[in-house]
Amino acid sequence: MDFIRNFPLFSIVLSLFSGVLCTMLKGRHAKNYTAVFEGVLIAMNAAVLYYTMKTGTSFTYVMGEFPAPWGNEIRAGILEALIVLTFLIVVLCSVLAGWRFLQIDVDESKVNYYFSIINLLTAALLAMSYTNDIFTGYVFLEILTLTSCGLIVVREIGRTTLAAIRYMILNLVGSGLFLLGVVLLYDITGHLLMIPMHEKIQLIAESGIGMQPLTLAVGVITIGLGIKSGLFPFYLWMPDTYGWSTPSSGSILSAIISKCYIFLLIKIYLRVIGEDVLGMIHVPRILFVLGILGMSMGSVSAIRKKSINRMIAFSSAAQIGYIYMGIGLGGPYGYTAAIFQIIAHCVTKSLLFLTSPRLAEVSGDSLLFKNLQGSAFRAKRAGLFFIIGAFSMIGIPIFAGFSSKILFGLAGAYCGQTGKFILTMLALAASSVLNAIYFIRTVIRIYSRGESGMKESVAIVPTAEGRIKTVRHDTEDDEKKYGAWTRSQRLMYELPCHVLIAYNLLLGLFAWAFVDLIERGLLMFI
Amino acid sequence: MLSTLLINYEEAVAIILFGIGFTMLLFHRNLVKKLIGMNIMDTGVFLFLASMGYISGRKAPIIVDGVMDVDAYINPVPAGLVLTGIVVSVSVTAVTLSLTIRLYKRYHTLNLDDIYMLSRHETEDR
Repeated sequence: MDFIRNFPLFSIVLSLFSGVLCTMLKGRHAKNYTAVFEGVLIAMNAAVLYYTMKTGTSFTYVMGEFPAPWGNEIRAGILEALIVLTFLIVVLCSVLAGWRFLQIDVDESKVNYYFSIINLLTAALLAMSYTNDIFTGYVFLEILTLTSCGLIVVREIGRTTLAAIRYMILNLVGSGLFLLGVVLLYDITGHLLMIPMHEKIQLIAESGIGMQPLTLAVGVITIGLGIKSGLFPFYLWMPDTYGWSTPSSGSILSAIISKCYIFLLIKIYLRVIGEDVLGMIHVPRILFVLGILGMSMGSVSAIRKKSINRMIAFSSAAQIGYIYMGIGLGGPYGYTAAIFQIIAHCVTKSLLFLTSPRLAEVSGDSLLFKNLQGSAFRAKRAGLFFIIGAFSMIGIPIFAGFSSKILFGLAGAYCGQTGKFILTMLALAASSVLNAIYFIRTVIRIYSRGESGMKESVAIVPTAEGRIKTVRHDTEDDEKKYGAWTRSQRLMYELPCHVLIAYNLLLGLFAWAFVDLIERGLLMFI
Repeated sequence: MLSTLLINYEEAVAIILFGIGFTMLLFHRNLVKKLIGMNIMDTGVFLFLASMGYISGRKAPIIVDGVMDVDAYINPVPAGLVLTGIVVSVSVTAVTLSLTIRLYKRYHTLNLDDIYMLSRHETEDR
């Protein structure tokens, strides 16, 4: 049983190795290998989750023979394992469901590199979630930046290259600030491992000497990771980045990568700085305000968009606002709500980003609302999946979004400040209404028959010569007749969507079980 | 205030470099100059780290002549961090430069605003 303690490190090392291996495989083999490998990783990390639940404590894995405070460490508890497990499930589902679109968007000779990037990205996600060393966190944060840039640019059109370079520049600003923060923290504490760092910071806070550099360090780390994760007002890079990349990339970028940065930030806040010291330098208050502003401004921007992907991208900005509001509320309830929201949004947003390209495909490859009219009749399953994702976003009961909104309300009630409670409730109400406006409007649009919708599907089928066939059809049955979608293609697209929906429903119906897990995880996290 | 800056002139220079690089990276419209800015910013951080890790009069922590006293050597960790940081910075620069080349080949300009306008003309929002 204790062998499981090796699994976090094994998963990181094996992912790095797989990244190299995929460069040598052919495209289709690389995809199959990655799918199987992600499945193995899911099993390994599920075992880690089970192990930590059973032992009731987190464990620290020391690398080499150098114990703290000198060596490098990995630390795994319920929270880390749960987050990693969710990330891996979403990566696997996105890659499988987006495979068909990937064949169209990416040159066949480069498909294996895409999967190489996916494996390296998985390594970075795992390492950032499990590491107990802040500098290792920085190194893998840069690897995550590089690989996510690769995810965008793999679709070789001008707009993606531009989106990638803008994404890269903002991310480099964020990384630079994060590095400066890490260096400042090392400077005042003399450590890079999180626990010895925390002990020194407690001494600094008690003596009051060195609070200025500490405040500066926390400030630059917050701004750095805030830029990278899309905190208000740094969210304007989102629509181009998510909207133009290939569907599986869009899904992974919006659902996982920004959340991974936030998870690292939460880890630094709770494990390195400590909630009491954070309160002393007013960080939660600032994040609370920025979170609420993000919730409202993101939604307002989403309402004004004419393209479905841009709307979903701005809705991500709003949902990230929720997470920061939870961190701002603080305490066990605030952090539980924030982490629940990370998981809920991860599952829902990936589903939305995987359904919108299918709706576009049957609407003349257009993501504009005016062309999407009636698309849910032409792609019935995708329409249904979109409704489920939209309902979860709005916060309809039985879906994940509802549970997370309840948790934010509770966090507001238990934070002990009337002003914050009132603001939280107002923000939740306003944001739900705004969410409902743009998601219900979209659902009505895709389900309304009318003349303005494009009735023609471009049926993007890669043929043996690498050409794309065009087939006209009005419904999915028509499409089946013309052979645009084979049975296995349909299965590969729909099965991952079903998994995401099942996860969403689990989060909605058994929220208490997840809340219990997160609360236990938070106790062993610090 | 000024005397403190003079005593810690290395750190002061490092922060000034960081500021210059940061501003260039964020506000310059030319892609190559942006990248130069990023490198200046990173160099600022590395200078900060290196100057913090160095104690004058002490040597690099390689035991020669059998001197085992800790006070004879400096802390090797900051130097290790600088090295790791340089590796990261080089790879990030390489990737960003390759993207810049791809954009230049397509739009024949390095100005980010112009590229944005050209790309909007090239592909309509879909």
